[in-house]
Amino acid sequence: MSWILIVEQSLNGLQFGLMLFLLAAGLTLVFGIMDMINLAHGSLYMLGAFLAATLVQATGSFAAGVLLAIPATAVLGMLLEVSVLRTLYARDHLSQVLATFALILIFNEAVRIIWGPDMPLSVPAALSGPVQLLPGMVYPAYRLLIIGVGAAVAGALYLLVARTRIGMLVRAGASNREMALAMGVNIPRLFTLLFGVGAGLCAVAGALLGPLFAVQVGMGENILILAFVVIVIGGIGSIRGALVGSLLVGIVDTIGRAFLPLLFGIFFQPRVASAAGPAIASVLVYLLMALVLYIKPQGLFPARG
Amino acid sequence: MQAEHHGYYLSFASRIFIYALAATSLNLILGYGGMISFGHAAFVGTGAYVSSILLSEGVASAWIGWPAAVAASSLAALAIGAVSLRTRGVYFIMITLAFAQMAFFLVNSMKAYGGDEGLSLRERASVGLGVDLGSDLAFYYAALAALAAGLYGLHRLAHSRFGRVIQAIRENEDRAEAIGFPVYRYKLACFVIAGAAGGLAGALLASHGKYVNPNVLHWTQSGTLMVMVILGGVGRLWGGVIGAAALLGLEDLIANHRVDWLAAVFPNYQQHASLGVGTVLLAIVLFAPQGIAGMLARRKHA
Repeated sequence: MSWILIVEQSLNGLQFGLMLFLLAAGLTLVFGIMDMINLAHGSLYMLGAFLAATLVQATGSFAAGVLLAIPATAVLGMLLEVSVLRTLYARDHLSQVLATFALILIFNEAVRIIWGPDMPLSVPAALSGPVQLLPGMVYPAYRLLIIGVGAAVAGALYLLVARTRIGMLVRAGASNREMALAMGVNIPRLFTLLFGVGAGLCAVAGALLGPLFAVQVGMGENILILAFVVIVIGGIGSIRGALVGSLLVGIVDTIGRAFLPLLFGIFFQPRVASAAGPAIASVLVYLLMALVLYIKPQGLFPARG
Repeated sequence: MQAEHHGYYLSFASRIFIYALAATSLNLILGYGGMISFGHAAFVGTGAYVSSILLSEGVASAWIGWPAAVAASSLAALAIGAVSLRTRGVYFIMITLAFAQMAFFLVNSMKAYGGDEGLSLRERASVGLGVDLGSDLAFYYAALAALAAGLYGLHRLAHSRFGRVIQAIRENEDRAEAIGFPVYRYKLACFVIAGAAGGLAGALLASHGKYVNPNVLHWTQSGTLMVMVILGGVGRLWGGVIGAAALLGLEDLIANHRVDWLAAVFPNYQQHASLGVGTVLLAIVLFAPQGIAGMLARRKHA
């Protein structure tokens, strides 16, 4: 067990955490302001990945494909919000869960019909090589790009929410929607815009993670659950909570999967370790969530105080 | 040829009965109790796996296997419910979902019992008494009996004091608490009963198909059960039955009965059945939230 391996896995965790943040940020604001559970958020992630794959093929350039997929997904997200999701705000959580679950089914099949079960998307040639970070330690350039983009987007989102007027309106809406409405904020329009931004963020994550995780139908479901775990841990409605939560989940999940089986191997017999290690590693984040809920039921940074 | 046909429909009907039982057990906590549990598949799956493991280890008797399955899923429901019911609203949904995923991953890593490839059984559980559950007709009656017992149980429960308290809790939990009911204990009891019934459905499911795999525990299976409940009518006695019959019937119809004009417009539409299911579900949620049973009830009153 070398230090290089630990640093490498930590960077992997950071990378995954930052991408999770892109999903969790949109999700937590939707939930925080409109009190709506949106299971279809993962489908926007999937759409972003498929659109990126298509556009990369059409334009021949990875960067162009990804950059074009972002507004495309944002527009689709806003269309979805205006047409279907708006009618769900007034409904109870069960209806929202079922309706957005129906949307998952519809999106999965629609994507399968339009594109097929999967699309190829590979790391651009320019970034497929390793980069030397420290003497004796190399790390894939592409993953460094993801970390860079993720950190930049996180920074931009922070600036947007904390330093702009729109961000102030969003925060007001998240902490007390009725009061914000009473103050004259055009919540419905703000919300459609917010949804579009959330969809765009999903597209960034989907397009960047596509080469690593495979662009395929159903890719949204697994990451959606993790995104929900993140916002529950971080506190619903809080961007800061989403960031802390996603970094925590990303790092715990990656390091857990990498090292827990090894750790078990030291203490237990090989047969037990090889079965129990991966099993416990995969549920580690859920145990983390249960722990946080037990200690701080509102999450680490609840927006509603 | 005729015998084959009969076998197919008997098997299909048995499958409907089993899912109806599972959906009815979810209806108890969802419809009557108002608890949105996204982890019900964990209990069905626990029942399925416990009975399968016993069968694969040589315990062929259903009199041991099925009660064991029910006991195991009740325990699981007790454990999961004890922790989850301390939360409310979306946190409850998330934590039940998380527990179901935990169960899924745990089962997925059990290489000894098939892991992600699943576990195949050589034959169904046996009840003795001169009845061979391997025959589709016999299994049909067994599944029907289990469903009937489940429905009768739900009917008695819903009209009992326990059932009335549970529904009161669903309507207004704070008021029920203020009146003095131990809300947590009632909800937990409800949760365990539903888990037990779900476990029985799981055991039957495993025997029916002679196969079980971790997908039985996946959260999308919980979603499917919820679809059945809402389709049939949440909080209504026959909701689970109608929903299971409608959903499985719709899927079978789409897959096996080709509609030519539709195929002309939309070739191989039959492979995309879940698009239709999703659309129907969305329509029901948006326009007919009381489900089919609700629509029928309204027509009776009107």
